[in-house]
Amino acid sequence: MTGQWKDQLRLLLRDRVAVGGLIVIMLFVGAALFAPWVAPYDPTELVAKTLLPPGPGHWLGTDEVGRDILSRVIYGARISLTVGLVSTAIGLTGGMVIGMIAGYYRGLDNLIMRVMDIMLAIPGILLAVAVVAVLGPGMYNVMIGVGVGAIPEFARLTRSVTLGIREQDFVQAAESMGASDLRILFTHIMRNVFPTIIVYGSQYLAGAILSASTLSFLGLGVQPPAAEWGAMVNQGRYFLRQSVYLSLFPSLAIFLIVMAFNLVGDALRDVLDPRLRGSL
Amino acid sequence: MLGYAARRLIMLLPVCLGVLVLTFFLLQLIPGDPAVALSGPNAPPEVVEELRVQMGLDKSLPVQFGLYLLRVVRGDLGVSILSRLSVSSEIHRVFGATMELTIASMAWSVPLAVLAGIVSAVTRGSLIDKGMMALALMGVSLPLFWVGLMLIWLLGFQLNWLPISGRGATWTLDGLRHLTLPALTLGANLVGRFSRVTRATVLEVLRQDYIRTARAKGVAERVVLYRHALRNAALPIVTLIGLQFGWLLGGAVVTETVFSWPGMGRHVIKAILAKDYPMAQGIILVMAMLFVLINLGVDLLYAALDPRVKYT
Repeated sequence: MTGQWKDQLRLLLRDRVAVGGLIVIMLFVGAALFAPWVAPYDPTELVAKTLLPPGPGHWLGTDEVGRDILSRVIYGARISLTVGLVSTAIGLTGGMVIGMIAGYYRGLDNLIMRVMDIMLAIPGILLAVAVVAVLGPGMYNVMIGVGVGAIPEFARLTRSVTLGIREQDFVQAAESMGASDLRILFTHIMRNVFPTIIVYGSQYLAGAILSASTLSFLGLGVQPPAAEWGAMVNQGRYFLRQSVYLSLFPSLAIFLIVMAFNLVGDALRDVLDPRLRGSL
Repeated sequence: MLGYAARRLIMLLPVCLGVLVLTFFLLQLIPGDPAVALSGPNAPPEVVEELRVQMGLDKSLPVQFGLYLLRVVRGDLGVSILSRLSVSSEIHRVFGATMELTIASMAWSVPLAVLAGIVSAVTRGSLIDKGMMALALMGVSLPLFWVGLMLIWLLGFQLNWLPISGRGATWTLDGLRHLTLPALTLGANLVGRFSRVTRATVLEVLRQDYIRTARAKGVAERVVLYRHALRNAALPIVTLIGLQFGWLLGGAVVTETVFSWPGMGRHVIKAILAKDYPMAQGIILVMAMLFVLINLGVDLLYAALDPRVKYT
């Protein structure tokens, strides 16, 4: 680890709010990884009477068919974190490659960025809804839908960073030494674009988890009986009057993980771009 | 100014054409034959074939796109598979409801967010600033559907104060009562998002040299704030309001579903779930065009408001 990275990590760990966010993220990651050992019951098993309120035995109560809500919330972390990570990775990778090409090959810049403008003209969640409409509901298609919806924003950011980097001496030196375009793009430029994109990616993760749970809430995402937080809130809404906890606990899980990623994302940005520290 | 507006309108054409291409090919990618969907599962083959010819589906893809383009220009977005009515008339019926919801959400949330953002920026680092920004972060982290459901539970079921679904007649007390919960839901997230960006914008202005100069000259802090800082922060804030509109249209999809609000958002989800693709395609197209036009409006407003900006 270089000295600069060590300093940045130290700054990040000095931010108590960010550390709090990191702890929450680690708790959820732990729950996702060790769900079979941590969860008291199988998430799809009918284990008790229906609509039991929170209490001993079933700490978060049971749902409309008698499944343990705590177990379903714990297993839900697996789906939400996976969907969030994969869809962000799709948006980040796609957007970064497209943005680097647009920024490096000026001849293609206008065409590529106009296509991105067209995609940006459709609200993100609606674009994801449209993609899922074409591919059909389901977890993998949600990842693609949310990921495709993120590509234009990542592309725009990467392009602007690439424009600055391509004029720098080390890129021109590589060009004059006869390095291939591929080598310049994927070695020299990508290495310098990556830190900015990763920070934006960490902030986007929160949005991706929210978008994915929203699609499931709308009935277009992960389908029942899978334990997905958005889908659980959607099923719980029909019992809102008598059993509010059906929707409350999975929503709380979404809120906590999204808030944690937002806190860490904000802190990461502050550490890597001190000019913005505390401004947003 | 008029010349600039005309040029910006012309520049919009490729984007509009692109959105049309995107929505057209989305429909093409969907598995299944729209003629079968429209004529029903038990329709005889000759009826389906006749419908295919009528809809132009027997022609090549470029010709189909050309016909689609001509139809859209004439305002004909096809026929809804669910209601058998024209998509344009259906959208016309639900368009007002979405506009009412988005405008009502902005009406309460934008002033509140701007005020919170300014107060936070001016009292930077204070307890007020930290408290407000913590609330704002909570606002952006809360799922929209959850805010809606909790408001239904509290103000609808527990306190029985407000109706939890549907839309009343516009400009009546009943209409206002029906509008309150959806508008509160859609606006709650916007307050969080917008107060954060307002604070960042005001802080950016407060860092400028002319503010330092004004202070160095001994100008009263109030004058520095009102005459120098806020006047200059107003323009980026106007632009940001326009940019939030796209998010609001997306948020309307969720809010309208939660509150059974009869707008474009609820209809697009209903159409997708029922595989009513002409309807879904039409609404996505209208929403995208609306977003593009709002952004154009904001650009023009910017040009009209800022004497420093010269558009050539």
